[in-house]
Parts: sequence; C-alpha cells; structure tokens
Amino acid sequence: MTDIPVEKISPTEGDDDVQMPALLGPWALMWRKFRRHRVAYASLWVVVLIYLLALFGEFFTTTEIGETNVRAPFAPPMGISLFVENEDGSTDFQLHAKGLKLELDREAMRRTFVEDPDKIIPLGFFVEGYAYELLGFIPMETHFFGPKNKRDRVYFWGADRLGRDIYSRIIMGTRISMSIGLVGVVVSLFIGISLGGISGYYGGWIDNVIQRIIEFIRSIPTIPLWMGLAAAIPLGWPPIRTYFVVTLIVSMIGWTGLAREVRGKFLSLRNEDFITAARLDGLTDWEIIWKHMVPSFSSHIIASLTLAVPLMILAETSLSFLGIGLQPPTVSWGTLLKEAQNIRTIIQAPWLLIAPGTMIVVAVLALNFLGDGLRDAADPNAH
Amino acid sequence: MPLIQMPTDPLVEIRDLQTHFFTDDGVVKAVDGVDLDVHANRTLCILGESGCGKSIMARSILRIVDAPGRIVNGSITYRNAGGETIDLAKARHGSRALRAIRGQDIAMIFQEPMSSLGPIQKIGKQITETILSHRPMSKAEAKETAIEMLDRVGIPKPAERFEAYAFELSGGMRQRAMIAMALSCQPRLLIADEPTTALDVTTQAQILDLIAELKDEFQMGVMLITHDLGVVAEVAEDVAVMYMGKVVETGDVYSIFENPQHPYTKALLASVPRMGAKRQRRLPAIRGMVPHPLARPSGCTFRTRCDHFMPGICDVAEPPMIATGDSRAACFLHTEVAQDG
Amino acid sequence: MLGYVYRRILYMIPTVFLVSIVTFIIIQLPPGDYLDTLAAELSDSGGLDSGTLEALRDQYGLGQPMYVQYWKWITGILFHGDFGLSFEKNLPVNDLIWDRLGWTFAISLLTLLFIWAVALPIGIYSAVRKYSVGDYAATFFGFIGLAVPNFLLALVMMYVAFKYFGQSVGGLVSPEYIDAPWTWDKIVDLLKHIWMPIVVVGTSGAAALIRIMRANLLDELYRPYVVTARAKGMSEFQLLMRYPVRVALNPFISTIGWILPTLVSGEIIVAVVMNLPTTGPMLLRALLVQDMYLAGSLILIVSLLTVLGTLISDLLLAWIDPRIRYQ
Ligand SMILES: Nc1ncnc2c1ncn2[C@@H]1O[C@H](COP(=O)(O)OP(=O)(O)OP(=O)(O)O)[C@@H](O)[C@H]1O
Ligand code: SF4
Ligand SMILES: [Mg+2]
Repeated sequence: MTDIPVEKISPTEGDDDVQMPALLGPWALMWRKFRRHRVAYASLWVVVLIYLLALFGEFFTTTEIGETNVRAPFAPPMGISLFVENEDGSTDFQLHAKGLKLELDREAMRRTFVEDPDKIIPLGFFVEGYAYELLGFIPMETHFFGPKNKRDRVYFWGADRLGRDIYSRIIMGTRISMSIGLVGVVVSLFIGISLGGISGYYGGWIDNVIQRIIEFIRSIPTIPLWMGLAAAIPLGWPPIRTYFVVTLIVSMIGWTGLAREVRGKFLSLRNEDFITAARLDGLTDWEIIWKHMVPSFSSHIIASLTLAVPLMILAETSLSFLGIGLQPPTVSWGTLLKEAQNIRTIIQAPWLLIAPGTMIVVAVLALNFLGDGLRDAADPNAH
Repeated sequence: MPLIQMPTDPLVEIRDLQTHFFTDDGVVKAVDGVDLDVHANRTLCILGESGCGKSIMARSILRIVDAPGRIVNGSITYRNAGGETIDLAKARHGSRALRAIRGQDIAMIFQEPMSSLGPIQKIGKQITETILSHRPMSKAEAKETAIEMLDRVGIPKPAERFEAYAFELSGGMRQRAMIAMALSCQPRLLIADEPTTALDVTTQAQILDLIAELKDEFQMGVMLITHDLGVVAEVAEDVAVMYMGKVVETGDVYSIFENPQHPYTKALLASVPRMGAKRQRRLPAIRGMVPHPLARPSGCTFRTRCDHFMPGICDVAEPPMIATGDSRAACFLHTEVAQDG
Repeated sequence: MLGYVYRRILYMIPTVFLVSIVTFIIIQLPPGDYLDTLAAELSDSGGLDSGTLEALRDQYGLGQPMYVQYWKWITGILFHGDFGLSFEKNLPVNDLIWDRLGWTFAISLLTLLFIWAVALPIGIYSAVRKYSVGDYAATFFGFIGLAVPNFLLALVMMYVAFKYFGQSVGGLVSPEYIDAPWTWDKIVDLLKHIWMPIVVVGTSGAAALIRIMRANLLDELYRPYVVTARAKGMSEFQLLMRYPVRVALNPFISTIGWILPTLVSGEIIVAVVMNLPTTGPMLLRALLVQDMYLAGSLILIVSLLTVLGTLISDLLLAWIDPRIRYQ
C-alpha cells in the first residue's frame, strides 16, 4: 500500500505570486502574541511603573517616612483641589490641598479632623523638600509632587497613629516589598533550576530524592513553618539582615513549582539531538544545563518567575503583618498593614487598611496578569 | 446528466458545501464548495492530500465541526428510511432531530482509536450509552446487544472486554470497539475517517475487511476517507478526489483508476509505483507543495502545481465540474473555453 | 489497588520523618534551652526545685547531643503521646491543643467543601462558555481572589460587616455562647459566624480551582473522544458531564493535595485576624513568646494531619481513576 506523499520535496517555480506569511523568530513571535493580550500588556506597564516607584521612591514622596507629627495622628486623606478663590472673588488655577484642624466632637467626646477652608496648602510639581540621595548616591532635594512650601505637610492618603504620612510610607514600602519579590525569585530561580535540572537531567535516585523533598514542601502547610522559622529571627537583628533572612524564607515557596516545571522540560529535552551533540562535544553537565537546556525554555521560566513574584510578595506581607517578618522601623506593605491590625483602628482610620491593601492588590494583580500573558505567549499549544 | 446510473436516490446529497474556519489570522476555507452524493450499499472513498478538507467535510455532515469552524453555505440533504429529507446543514445545533440522526442513522469512526474513546469510561458503557440514547431498551438488553456487537467485530471474550477500559486494549482492539460502537444502532451510513492510519499493516487489512463485510451485512453506505490508494483500489466503488477544499474529480473507481481526467488525479495515480518497478525515493510525486490555506491561488486552486497550467484561463476563473470521460472533473482542459483558446 | 495503597503509605513515611526533623529544628532554633526559659519563668512564681528541674532535663535529654534529644522527643510523642510542656501556661501541651486543632481542621474541611461547591460549577461554565461575559467575570474574580491576601480580605470583610451590617465579628460564636453547652441556638449562632472565615479562607483557593477546572476542561473539551460522544447522538449536557467533565475532574480532585496545606495555612492567618479559637492565635502567641514545645507540637500535628489528608485524597483519586489504579 502506498501513501500519497504528504510533503513537498522540491520548491515550485511559478508560485511566486502566492505569498507565505512571514516567519518570525521565537522571541518576536512570543512578543507579538503577548502584545495581543491586552490586559497583560497593560499590566506590563503597571509593573514597570511600580518598579520605577520602588527605584526612585524618595523622589516621589512628600515627607520623610520616619517623620512624626503630633498634630496629625490619624489625619484623614486630603483631597487635591484645582482652583482657589481670591479675595476679590475671582478664581485662579492653583493645585492645592486644604489644611486640617482638630475639633472636639462634644457628643462623642473625641477629637476629629475637619477641613480648614482658610488654610490652603499650594501644591506643585518638582518642589523642594527634604534632602535625600537618589538611587543612594545622587544628593537631591527636589520632589516630584508636593507642597510648594517646604514646611507644609500634606497627607494625600492620610496619616497613621504617629502622624506619619501614609502616602510616602507606601511608596517607600514598595521598594522593600517589591524587591523582596525580586530577590526571592532570583534565589528560587537558582534553587529551582539547579534542583529541577539535576532531577530531570540525571533521573534515577537523585530525581527520586529531590522529588520527595519537593513533595514534602508542598504537602505541608507552609505558613506555620515559616512562622516557626521567622519567629526565630532575633528582634535585635539589624533590619538588613532580617530582610535577607525573610527573603530566604519567602523564597522557599517559589522554587518547588519552578523545579517541577524545569524537571519536566529536562526529562523531555534530555534525549534531544542537540543535547546529545553538546555532550559529545565534551561539555560538562553543568554547562549543558545552563548553556543549552535552560535557554531552550527560558521563555517558560520567565513566565513562571513572573508568577512567583506575587507569591513572595504575599508571603512577606503575611509574615510582616503577623509581626514575625520584617520589623518596624523597616517600612514594607506588610509592616504598614500591621498598623491596621485591629478592627477599632480600621474603623477610626480605614485608610490604614485601604491604601496599602490597594497597593498590594494592584501589584499582585498586575504581576499575575503579566505572568499569565507571558505564559500564554510562551506556550505554543495554548488555546 | 449523471453518468453512473444509481438504482435509488442518494442517502446524502451534498451541494455547494462550504465550511470555513474563522481564525485570528484569517478565514481558512477548509471546505469550499463541495458537491457529493453518497449512496446506500456503496463504498465511496474520499481521496486527497493531508489538509485538503476531507475530515472537515465528513464532520460537516454530522455537524460536529468544532469552533471556529462553521458551515457558511450549502446543503446536506439526508434521506431517511421513510424517504423524508432533512437538510443537516441547516439543522439547529444540538437539536433533537440532529441528535436522532447521529449515531442511529449516520455513524462515524475516527482516525485515532487511542484518543477517540473516553479514557476513564468502560468500553461497554460507551456502547450501551449509544444504544440507550436511540433505542427503547432496558440496560440489560443494551448490554446484551453491546456484547453481541463486540463479538461480531471480532473481539475475543467480549463479555470481559465489556468491562475493560480503553487503555487496556490494543490499537486494533480499540478500533474494533469503535466500530462496534458505531454499528450498535445499525446505521444507514458509516463514515470512516482514516480508520486504519494508526494501525499496523495486518490490522489495517483486517479492519478494512471487517468494514466491507459489515457493509454488505447491514446494507449500509460507507464513506471512507483515506490517503491510501491501495485501500481505494481494494474497497472503493466510487471515488471523490479532493484538493484544497474542493472535489476536483468524482467517478466510479474503474473510471478514476483507468482513465483519470483531472491533472491532480493523474499526478496522484502516477505517484504509485508500478508493480515490480523500483521505487525512486527522491522523485517528488507531485511537484510543489500545497499552498498555505490562507493563500489560496485565484482561479483553479491546483494551478500552482499543474503541468497544464494555462495562463489567462486557469488563474482567472474557477473551473466548473464537467462530465468528461467516464467521470466528472473540474478542469479547464475539458471545457469549451480551453478548447477554443 | 492494594499495591497502590501500600506504596502511597510507604511514600508518606519519609515525609513524616522530614516533618518531625524540621519541627525539631524549629523547636531548637531559639537560643538557650527550654528549661532555662522555664526555670527563669517559674522562678518568679515560686519556681521549681532543682530536683524537678534535673528530672525534666533528663526526660528531654537536654544538654545531650542533638540526636539523643530528637530521639527522646520523638519517642515521647510516639509511645507516650507526650508533646512536652508549655512553659508559658505551665501545662502539658496535650491539654491545650486538641480543641483548637479540631476547629482548625473543621474549618479547613468546610472550606474545602465550600471551594468545591463554588469552583466546580463556575469552572465548568467558564470553560464551556469561553470568552462569554460570565467567563470574563469568573476570570476577573479569579485574579482578584488570588491577589488579595487572606488576612487583608478578613480585615476588609470584618470592616464591612461591622460598618454596614453592625455585626459583631471575630470568634466563632457570640460571647454569651462561648462556654455554653451545645444547643440548637448555639449551632445557629456558630453558623452565623463560621461562614465568614470559610469564605475568607476559601476565596483564593476557589479562585485557583476555578482557573484549574477551566483549564483542565478546556484541555478535554476538544478531545477526539468528545467528538465521538457527540457523534453518537448524546445531548450536549449529557456528554459534557459524562466525558470531559468526568475526565477533568481527576486532576481537579488531585488538587486537594496542595489545596489542603494552603487552606490550613490560610486558616491560621485568618484565625489570628478574626480571633478564632483555633490553632492560629495559639501558634502565633507561642512563637512570639518562644514557647517552643507548644509551637513545635502545633506545627507538627498540623503538618501531619495535612499529609494525612493529602494521602486520603490521593487514595480517593486512585479509587475513581482507573488509570492510576492499574498502574
Ligand atoms: N480548528 C481549526 N482551525 C483552523 N483551521 C482548521 C481547523 N481544523 C482544520 N482546519 C483547516 O482545515 C483544513 C482541512 O482540514 P482536514 O482536517 O479536513 O484535512 P484532512 O484532509 O482531513 O487532512 P488529513 O488527511 O491530514 O486528516 C486544513 O487546511 C486545516 O488548516
Ligand atoms: S484548470 Fe488549469 S491549472 Fe487547473 S488543473 Fe486544469 S489545467 Fe491545471
Ligand atoms: Mg483528516
């Protein structure tokens, strides 16, 4: 029995008027598919924006994050108004916030803040404020947006119990929280690829042992475990050391998923011709793993990494919230939320919960969308 | 003027069928104007290169084309045992009328016996299910019928196999089980989409014999889709040759094999090595390759590969189906236009 | 099947062993040994005499090599059910934990049921009506559910409940029922309270499972065997339920394996926020004051029970999926 030949062998002349769709490289193809995923594409920009915020934090703040203000405990968020009324009744365009004054509410016997219409705080872009070092080495005093008068204080997102500016603190918390995600991911990338790679590359008993370890980590509730580990961090440690230990603890979740994925890829790649060829060329296993196998599925890895970052951010936030992760005065989204731990505080000052909460949700959402879009784009068999 | 006199009206009459896929990259015209008659008690073989739309055409009959595919035009007239007709192309999706025909009047078996059976359902259950959806039977009766069917298609120890899962059977056994399932309601038309491609040669022959045997036994029409000219020579009575979503030539098997009219059919037949002749491996059977489905040539779709391509004619209009020789073919070589030019 | 059960139980042993090691390490992590802390703690309130102290030191093998300490600790648990003492409360750990563990697991299991009840129909709908408004809504909910940390959701819900419904929140029953015997009213009151932690803990899991079910089902929905079933003349609903859903259900069930640990984790955090009488607050407090035998025991038991739950779910899976059973 004979089959009709399915494939061509020689190209035809005379079919030059029938054009084929252009062929793109794998990365360009992935990018094109990714672009089509609108939410993911928008999320990319949100993520970029958040990391810029983290990088140039001080520039965007209005107040130093440690600065307390006895006149503004639990001050509510201030709106930004556009026009001021002059004495003669005409209006001028002038970005400003209205000041606050304390008033005694006789019924509730409580002091509450009310807007002070006479106290106008002019706002502007690129204003002078407290001194800082941009990126840690460029001395600057200019801030992106804030009160024109250096001595005025504004609280766009309200103030906490010590009168510290939530807006500025959240911006600075972005640096810690987002970087923990990144550093954690780098750590888990290394562990995940190494262990997953070894597992899939060698197979056999090594594979078995590593698989058991992964299964172990995935089969136990991790929160109590981290709690146990994190609680052992001495309170007296310098913040930077705490930061790194917390990052390490947090990265212990991310690597298992990655390792599994990598292992699967390795198992299927192990017998491919180009790997055999590399082995015959005398490359060491380590070189083969990192130079040949990893690049061949790096798009998947990037997607998985993107999806791991939010996990770590959430983990840090949870631990710090419980008081066993980062410790004040370190400012992260988690330590900020710690301020909103009991219901009475939340009712008095909902912005303590809402502002950092929104940041977390936005960041995690954006990263998830981004990761999802990347995964779809990287996966040739995606629906 | 039909060339081959048929004793009865056709079971299924397909007219100008167009099934298109609306993909992100454009409209793929998988089936683009097919005319075809399928008769009771005859075997019609559909022949053509991979991707020419054979499966989609067959699936259109049962209306089981998955999205983004859609029948955009044409009719598929089915004539039931009572002589009433229904246009399947216009039947509402999932309608009772359509469901009553599926599995009972027209049944289908598929190319991959591995994946065409439910992976975690027992074979027997999958067969009785078919019977119970069409016949007023008790479960016990359905089971009996199913076991009989399994026995009939040559599955040893049918009562035991009734309880088996698909992964416990060999490929050939699975395909037999598929056939048992398809025939469990004694359909009037069996559509077999490359039923033997995934099987080894011996099993292929057994399955084909089985289908031929059952066709005679049940007096059903068979539409057999295949790449394989050997299969066609062995079992076909009628042949339709498809190229890029169109039927380019139809006729009875003798006319097609002895006296092919369309250049594409000729090329296909020429690719079969003569008995005894040594197969020349590097010689392309048909030069060129099938154009990309999104870049259909204008005029005759075969013109990019045709040795008789006539500029100014073949690339201007689509050749109509014309009776020529003992068959019907769509090629300008056989029309007045070409002869005049 | 039996072979599979044995194998699966055998696989559990190294996991259990690792859990115990990790727990032991956690117990050992804080500086100083347990009895020093205990002695310091108790010396204020009269203290222990040195004889008792020595006896305890011997019982726990303190001052001896690690493996001896581990051995004494683990055999104490295995053969005598002795989890040690909580120095903060000066009571055997055994007397403190079981109620709370019971609640933690009750809530986790109820949450699992809740997640299933939500994720299964929505996931199926989402896959079958891909790109419909409902699907987008479910997808959106899924992403939100995954993005909001448990404790944040708990805070928000408590705030909303308090502010807009004036409902007292926190705890599993209203204060007046806390020590009351179980009556019908108390059960009703319990139900009024318990739904909130269940929803809070379950949201992210439900979100994840919806996406998993959707993806699983989408994988199956266009398989050849579905076409076969359709070609047989079954109705769309029938064939959907009997074939693709049935097949997609298996990986869905196997997700219990990883969802259970996250539920227990989530419950622990949420319990802290909502002040539930479960493991969470006790564990947190024990960790903060470094009451390590109490903390260690909680971690150990929670982990073991989770591993056990996973085992049960795996066996269930093997029971319903012939492909695993026959391996
Ligand atoms: N889901 C789909 N989306 C887009 N195009 C499709 C889809 N399914 C089929 N097609 C297109 O329809 C055309 C016909 O496909 P069909 O499966 O009918 O070919 P075939 O003749 O049966 O080939 P084979 O011999 O390989 O089975 C192909 O060119 C293919 O590109
Ligand atoms: S119509 Fe022209 S191009 Fe097409 S097959 Fe006939 S001769 Fe060839
Ligand atoms: Mg086909």
